[in-house]
Amino acid sequence: MEIKFSEEELNKVEELKSKYPNSKAALMGVLWLAQKKFGWISQEVIEYVADLLQLPPSHVDGVVSFYTMYFKKPMGKYHIQVCTNVSCLLRDGEEIYHYISKKLGISNGEVTSDGLFSLEEVECMGACGGAPMIAVNENYFENIDIEFVDKLIDNLRKQDGLSS
Amino acid sequence: MERYPKLLLPEIANLNEIDVYLSNGGFEAYKKAIKMSPEEVINEVKKSGLRGRGGACFPTGLKWSFMPKSKDIPKYLCVNGDESEPGSFKDRQIFEFNPFQLIEGILISGYAMGIKTAYIYIRGEYHKWINLMQKALDTAYERGYVGPKMKTTFGNDYWLDIFIHKGAGAYICGEETALMNSIEGDRGYPRFKPPFPAQRGLWGYPTTINNVETITAVVPIIKMGGDEYAKIGAPKHPGTLLFGVSGHINRPGVYELPTGTPLKEIIYEHCGGVWKNKSLKAVIPGGSSMPPLTAEEAEIALMDEESLQQFGTHIGTGGIIVMDEDTDIVKVTYRIAHFYHHESCGQCTPCREGCGWMEKMLKRIYEGNATAKDLDLLYSVASNIEGNTICALGDAAAWPVKGFLTKFRSEFEKRVKASREFVPPNVVHGKRRSFSDFVEYKS
Ligand SMILES: Cc1cc2nc3c(=O)[nH]c(=O)nc-3n(C[C@H](O)[C@H](O)[C@H](O)COP(=O)(O)O)c2cc1C
Ligand code: SF4
Ligand code: FES
Repeated sequence: MEIKFSEEELNKVEELKSKYPNSKAALMGVLWLAQKKFGWISQEVIEYVADLLQLPPSHVDGVVSFYTMYFKKPMGKYHIQVCTNVSCLLRDGEEIYHYISKKLGISNGEVTSDGLFSLEEVECMGACGGAPMIAVNENYFENIDIEFVDKLIDNLRKQDGLSS
Repeated sequence: MERYPKLLLPEIANLNEIDVYLSNGGFEAYKKAIKMSPEEVINEVKKSGLRGRGGACFPTGLKWSFMPKSKDIPKYLCVNGDESEPGSFKDRQIFEFNPFQLIEGILISGYAMGIKTAYIYIRGEYHKWINLMQKALDTAYERGYVGPKMKTTFGNDYWLDIFIHKGAGAYICGEETALMNSIEGDRGYPRFKPPFPAQRGLWGYPTTINNVETITAVVPIIKMGGDEYAKIGAPKHPGTLLFGVSGHINRPGVYELPTGTPLKEIIYEHCGGVWKNKSLKAVIPGGSSMPPLTAEEAEIALMDEESLQQFGTHIGTGGIIVMDEDTDIVKVTYRIAHFYHHESCGQCTPCREGCGWMEKMLKRIYEGNATAKDLDLLYSVASNIEGNTICALGDAAAWPVKGFLTKFRSEFEKRVKASREFVPPNVVHGKRRSFSDFVEYKS
């Protein structure tokens, strides 16, 4: 994929810049935009974003590496995040994590060979009242159990079989 | 007044729609505020006794009064919606169910401190709630309740802009100075204090940072007056609080209750008791940074800062984590230590190394490979982190470890091997001279 924003995305960059007194502050927002478009933040993306905002690539690189939600490598089409922090731990979040890991045959930070799923053990997602919980890409699923996760993954697989 | 006033999350359907908000007295508090002088507004907040809901419990009116009065320099408000303290999930209820009250709270706060720009910092994982909040903000701009159009809507010269800044996964960005670095487009490293944010904050200008719930509470304060608000709940820590209850509980969720409500009432009445008819072992009262309460303490504790201090803990974010009799306390402590190690930004040696060391020791204890001496070592490592770091994450990591270790010592002792007796490798080196030897030697 060519590393380049569309006209519309460039307008969005301008809009982000207008929220702050300087363009450096727009960096996190622009990185979000880049991740959405390119899937992950490669060296090429870092250089493109740096150029766009007139920042040293080393600065952009530092920011990308500091924040855990910017992907440093390609992740699955469905990125599954499982919380195992205290409130979730108390309600079997760990079991859910291990179950998914076994079902997909991948461990923390890995991607299935078909590129469909990736797995991440995450810290508290701010949904402790709905523990145990997982998130798939941007969507939270709360008060879940192994049966639910099982169906969810199978459905995502099926859905993808139909759409591709 | 009714027993459980709902000042932050009233039970009104579709309050997240601007017309519903308006027909329920929306923006009336702001209209009242602009008839007062900014100093009078700050005074009302002082009188209310409102204390920050972000963890440190700092008096809000006092914090606001640190802001310089000068009108010709930029000043900023950061609304802290990072909500990453394990056990806390209350601010998202405001984003979802009462976004316009948060906006109105920002208007009042901004007016009181002469602020032209406010940023709402929301954790990156909250995509859904960022979208909900952005939608509310767009509507407010369109309808003239935020931005330059405010001037005509309210017939007053004051106006401000509100922007959302989306985080990207880093607990430390909830710390106020790290949050400012994050808004500026840097890594979220905490800054040294002083200078304090009210002196030099965002881009070097005076800045106030307040939690989402704190700002939302400003609206009822102005509406009913500081004195009235101060009558609700515990006298030294008044108001209503959003308690997020999670863990081994029958009805987990967010409950708005007056401060000083007995913990027992929250657990057994509002939340339907401990799950599976089990009995209680421990309760974390204010998010994972706060030392725990034992079951006996939980029976008598009141949920306000002063009362909790009697048990060596704090109200924190009001995130109550309930643990039943079968809970493995060592495992919980180990998991908490893992979290703080993972989230330490690494700037200060005691925090970076100490958190790693605590996690490793707790792992050994958990796996049954530690000795009784390790428990004392663990306690001393925690004590050496506490108070020796740039930001309070170091304390946040040390407190729960020390708290669990002290209050649940027997749970840890059960897991360690009896300490091995020290057998000196040879007698000459093994026999140390004692002080009395010297005294004798000299005489
Ligand atoms: C490691 C760390 C994480 C924090 N996370 C949050 C947070 O997620 N939300 C929050 O409001 N305050 C958080 N705080 C507290 C803030 O630094 C600050 O005290 C608070 O936002 C001030 O608002 P208040 O006076 O309204 O409570 C955190 C502090 C530390 C040390
Ligand atoms: S105490 Fe820990 S998190 Fe805070 S600045 Fe120091 S190293 Fe970073
Ligand atoms: S502990 Fe899992 S969402 Fe908070």
